[in-house]
Formats: sequence, structure tokens, C-alpha cells
Amino acid sequence: MNIVVCVKQVPDTATERKLRSDDKTLDRDAADGVVNELDEYAVEEALRLKEAHGGEVTVLSMGPAKATETIRKALAMGADKAVHLSDDALRGSDALSTSYALAETLKKIGFDLVILGSESTDARTGVLAAMLAERLGTPQLTLANKVEVDGSAIAIQRVTDYGYDKVEASLPAVVSVVEKINEPRYPSFKGIMAAKKKPVETLAIGDAEISADQVGLASAWSEVVDFAAAPPRAAGTVVKDEGDGGVKAAEFLASKKFV
Amino acid sequence: MSVDRILPTPEAHDLLDLVRELAAKEIAPRAAADEAAGRFPRDLFTLLGSSGILGLPYAEEYGGAGQPYEVYLQVIEELAGAWLAVGLGVSVHTLSCFPVSAYGGAAQRAELLPSLIGGELLGAYCLSEPQSGSDAAALATRAETDADGYLVDGVKAWITHGGVADFYTLMARTSGEGARGVSCFHVPAGLDGLSFGVPERKMGMRSSPTAQVRFDGVRLPPESLIGSPGQGFRIALAALDGGRLGIAACAVGVAQAAFDVASAYARERRQFGSRLVDFQGLGFMLADMATSIAAARALYLEAARLRDAGRSYGTRAAMAKLYATDMCMKVTTDAVQVLGGYGYVEDFPVERHMREAKVLQIVEGTNQIQRLVISRAVARGNAQ
Ligand SMILES: Cc1cc2nc3c(=O)[nH]c(=O)nc-3n(C[C@H](O)[C@H](O)[C@H](O)COP(=O)(O)OP(=O)(O)OC[C@H]3O[C@@H](n4cnc5c(N)ncnc54)[C@H](O)[C@@H]3O)c2cc1C
Repeated sequence: MNIVVCVKQVPDTATERKLRSDDKTLDRDAADGVVNELDEYAVEEALRLKEAHGGEVTVLSMGPAKATETIRKALAMGADKAVHLSDDALRGSDALSTSYALAETLKKIGFDLVILGSESTDARTGVLAAMLAERLGTPQLTLANKVEVDGSAIAIQRVTDYGYDKVEASLPAVVSVVEKINEPRYPSFKGIMAAKKKPVETLAIGDAEISADQVGLASAWSEVVDFAAAPPRAAGTVVKDEGDGGVKAAEFLASKKFV
Repeated sequence: MSVDRILPTPEAHDLLDLVRELAAKEIAPRAAADEAAGRFPRDLFTLLGSSGILGLPYAEEYGGAGQPYEVYLQVIEELAGAWLAVGLGVSVHTLSCFPVSAYGGAAQRAELLPSLIGGELLGAYCLSEPQSGSDAAALATRAETDADGYLVDGVKAWITHGGVADFYTLMARTSGEGARGVSCFHVPAGLDGLSFGVPERKMGMRSSPTAQVRFDGVRLPPESLIGSPGQGFRIALAALDGGRLGIAACAVGVAQAAFDVASAYARERRQFGSRLVDFQGLGFMLADMATSIAAARALYLEAARLRDAGRSYGTRAAMAKLYATDMCMKVTTDAVQVLGGYGYVEDFPVERHMREAKVLQIVEGTNQIQRLVISRAVARGNAQ
């Protein structure tokens, strides 16, 4: 099975993230880049499927030169090779144009199964898997906390508010995963060393026949007009326990949909 | 804050990044609770094994990582700073693999090393006995030669990983008195006649099991012997030269961890309207702590570089062990002082660090024995 995992480099959620004042895009130099957390689960799932069914795992990442660190991490976990889609023209692409660019690249490199994290910690649109499936003309199996492949049949459990849906399709398909799906492995030191020797193909938009007028900031369907720093966290709600503290705490949690 | 390290290769940086990630996410968060409960974290050693961290300084052809001591020790430092039971455990495991790696025959190395250094097995090193600690050459455990190999009887004391290890590197007497009568053996766990005492109830490092290992008519095949008969004590001491550097690295890690807590606290806590760090009495104390940690790190790294260059390094290793562990005792004691009452309670980790520090002045040769080693070199005129 030829599995392609899409991974994205995002600014470390533990550090302060900023937008650039000039074009209001994310300032990717201001924070350390790390692998989008959910993508580690996607890589892990791809590796497990490969271990069970054989085949090959290819990492696909669209991002600036710096994203090679993220690609290396996925290769160190055990992926076989990588394709890095990197071009200045892609900077500022919104979800629609990102899905277009990735879909064109996927058509070029070929796949039986595409696996993604269900969202990224920076943009958090959560729509990429659906858009990709639509552009590729394949079934979309999103928000999976379990994936099973049997020959050319694929089934997932999609997490829902009430439990899960069982969704079945046939390959080729696009799957997005949630963090409950597995426990991503740490790369081993040997894996890190081996990753340095694994092939990484760098593609510019021309190589993947992506047209420049459909990607980048200029062709984004939405525009960030203005932005402001998030207000400092407000004081929390204090509940005074007058014998009914437990009830009030439960009500608060229920109002936030925690219970 | 992570220590700025000069490392010899880009791969060493990658290794340290991996170790710091494991330390921060998997090791440090569990230390306090597991220490309080005296729980041995076997699963963490399995994780370190699958991450390739249980055979760092050994040859790649046998499944090791071929890393110089300079790099391996900085890994130990990071692990020990997160949790001494883990850092010291990896150091003791590495020590227990040394005899087969350095003195084993070709067949023995090919057969044993891949699982010892390249896998998830955990080792123990059995030298001390109830009646022979510092005077290790007075050990009494006997390995009698007979037609089938060796028959071992005796008691080893204070053995780190006693009862939980997968193999035991044993020093036992095969002939007459003194150092020349000792031989070294590889003993897999699970042999008939091998049993263990109740783990010692220790002041600190409670998650690292320390127990007697009892040999009661344990049969060893001839190929268990490592090196030649009578070479065992020399092997044991050669192993300890490297082991002492591991203990020095542990000491620097624990001291750094205590310093990180104390210095952050001193920048935040206010009394008499000022931050603690701005009182010269405490600011100077913290300055001395930082300086002695840096000096100890430089000393163990220099000894490591001598070793990596194939030069004689035993005296320097003794100096590093002596200086780093005494430094660690002082720094952790001062860290408790910086936090005042908060330092004395379990809500902060520095009281644990102080309890951990003490054992480092005792193991792998007490600091008196280190002074003995160094002073003998002085007497020979070659203590450089
Ligand atoms: C937690 C822990 C883990 C250990 N793990 C291991 C292990 O894995 N394997 C192993 O083989 N051993 C292990 N040991 C044993 C350790 O190496 C010994 O405790 C140590 O060598 C000291 O021996 P002793 O306890 O018998 O003290 P003794 O040798 O009785 O010493 C008592 C005191 O006398 C001093 N002294 C002794 N001789 C001299 C001298 N000539 N000059 C000046 N002072 C002297 C010592 O410094 C010490 O202060 C461990 C010990 C501990 C506490």
C-alpha cells in the first residue's frame, strides 16, 4: 500500500505566536517550528498500517525551507521518503489553495491512501482533508479514531458527540485522524541517523504543475484586514461554596460542555 | 533552561534533543510520585532501549551507537537531571556491559553484545559484598571450577537493579586471596540458585532497586568467563574508571536541576520588598553554585575527552567523580537553603535532589577512595 502522510510545520504552541505586521500572515520566524501535533498521530497510523500490510510511507509537506526539520522528524519516526513542496509563490496560501497545491502534488506522486491530522494548531480550519478528497475525487473518511484496511476496503470510526460512526469506503481514499487514534512513537537515535540518508524530493510549483495564479496570498479567498493581540486572560469565575459548591461546579462544567 | 553544549557532531545534537524530549515528556513528570512510592520505572528503560540509548558508547557493529564518552556522558547528565534513578540506572547498565565489550572473546561479543547493548535488556554490576565494600579485592564469593564449568556460592551486596536486571556481571574468586584471584563472569537472570534480598530502604533514589544478589550453587558454563582467569579485578577497575565518569555526570545533572529550581525561585520570591536573588547573600550563593556546576561539567568532559582519545584517564575520572559529587551535595543543600521552608518539603524537588546527591558520594568508590586513588597517583608523581 502506498501511503502518503501530509505533515505541516507549525509554530511551537508552547511559545508566543505572532502575525507579521506587513502582510498579516503568520510570522514563521518568530517561533520554533515543530511538527503539527496531530500529524504525528497521522505518521504513526501510517507506520502501523505499513507494518501490518506492507508498502511504503511517503511524507508530503508544503512549507518553507525550514520545514525540512519537520520532514526529518517524520522520516526519523520511520517513514521511507519525503516530498517537500516548497516555493515562495505558495506563501500565504489559504486552505483552498493549499488543498489545490497538495492535490496536484498527490496526483503527481500517486497514492492509495492519504492520511492527515484532522487540523493544524496554527490555522485550525480543519477542512483540508475534505477539500483534498473533493479535489482528488476520492472518499473522505475524517476524524478517525480507528482505521482498518482490508485489501482495497477501508473502514474507520469517526468520533462524534454521541460516540462514533462507522464509515466504510474503498481505496484510494483520504483519512484524517484525531489524537485518540494511537500513541505516536518517539524516533530512535538510529532512526534519526537513518533519516539523514532517506530521499527527500523538493518540488517547486512548476514541478507539480501548480499554477501560480491559484496559490499564495494574492489568490486567497479571504483577507485578514486587521488583527489585535489577544486580551490578557480575564479573572476566572469564583464560586463561593455555601453548601452548593459541588452543584455550581458541575453546572459550570456542563455549561462548558465538559460533562 | 537547557544547557548550551558544545558537541562534536550534528548527530550528537540530534541525540541530545531526543534525550531532552524524552526527559521532559516521559521521565521528569513521573519522578516525584514514583520516588515517593519507591516504584521502579522498568518501562522507561524499555523506552530508552527502543530509542537506542542503552548502548551509546559501544560499537555500532554490535548494535551500539558508537558515541564518544563526551557525548554519552552528557546524555547521562540530562537523564539524571530529570530523575537520578534513571540516569544512574543507564550508567550502571552501561558499566555492566563494559567487560563483555572490552574483554570478551570474539564469539562472546557476537553472541552477547547485540542483546546487551542494542536492545531493551537491563544489566547489573556485582562487585561489593556485605564485608567488602571499599576493600573490594577482599571479596569472598567463590566460583569453583569443575568439569561442567563453574559453581558459584556467595552474596553480593548493594547491587543496583538486583532482582530486576536481565543479566549480572559478576566478580568472583576463582583462586587464592587478593586481587589476582578474582575472575569476571556473565550471569543471565533466571538461573537456578540465584536469588535476591529485599530491596534496601534508602534515604533517596528509592525508585532504583538496590538489593543483595545471592548465589547458592549457581552453575555457569565455561563460556560465562569474561577475559582470562584472574583478570577479573583488573576488568572491574577498568569498568569503574568509566563508571565513575557516569556518576560524575549524574552529579552534574542533579546539581543543575536543583540550581534551575533555586535560581528561578530566587528571581521570583520577594522578601523585604526585594527579589531573593537581589540580596547579595543569596545572589553570591547562587553564583557559587553556578560556577561549581560549570567547573564540574568541564572536569568530567575533559576526563571523557582523554578517554575518547585513548589516553590514560583513570586519575582524572577519580577527580571528576570526587569533585562533581561533593559539588552536588553542596549545591543541592544550598538549593534547599535558597527555598527556605519550601525547600524542605516535597512540594518542590530540591529536597529530593539533596537526598539523591548523598548516594553519589558513596557509590562506585566512596570519595575517600577517590582521594586514595588520586593521592597514590600523586605519590607516583603522575597525578595530572
Ligand atoms: C544505592 C547504592 C547502590 C550501589 N550499587 C552498587 C552496585 O551496583 N554494584 C556494586 O558492586 N556495589 C554497589 N554499591 C556499593 C558501593 O559501591 C559501596 O557501598 C561502596 O563501595 C562503599 O563500601 P561500604 O558501603 O562497604 O563502605 P566501607 O567500605 O565499609 O566504608 C565505610 C567508610 O569508611 C571509609 N573508608 C574505607 N576505606 C577507607 C580508606 N582506606 N581510607 C579512608 N577511608 C576509608 C569509606 O570512605 C566510608 O566512608 C552501591 C551502594 C549504594 C548505597
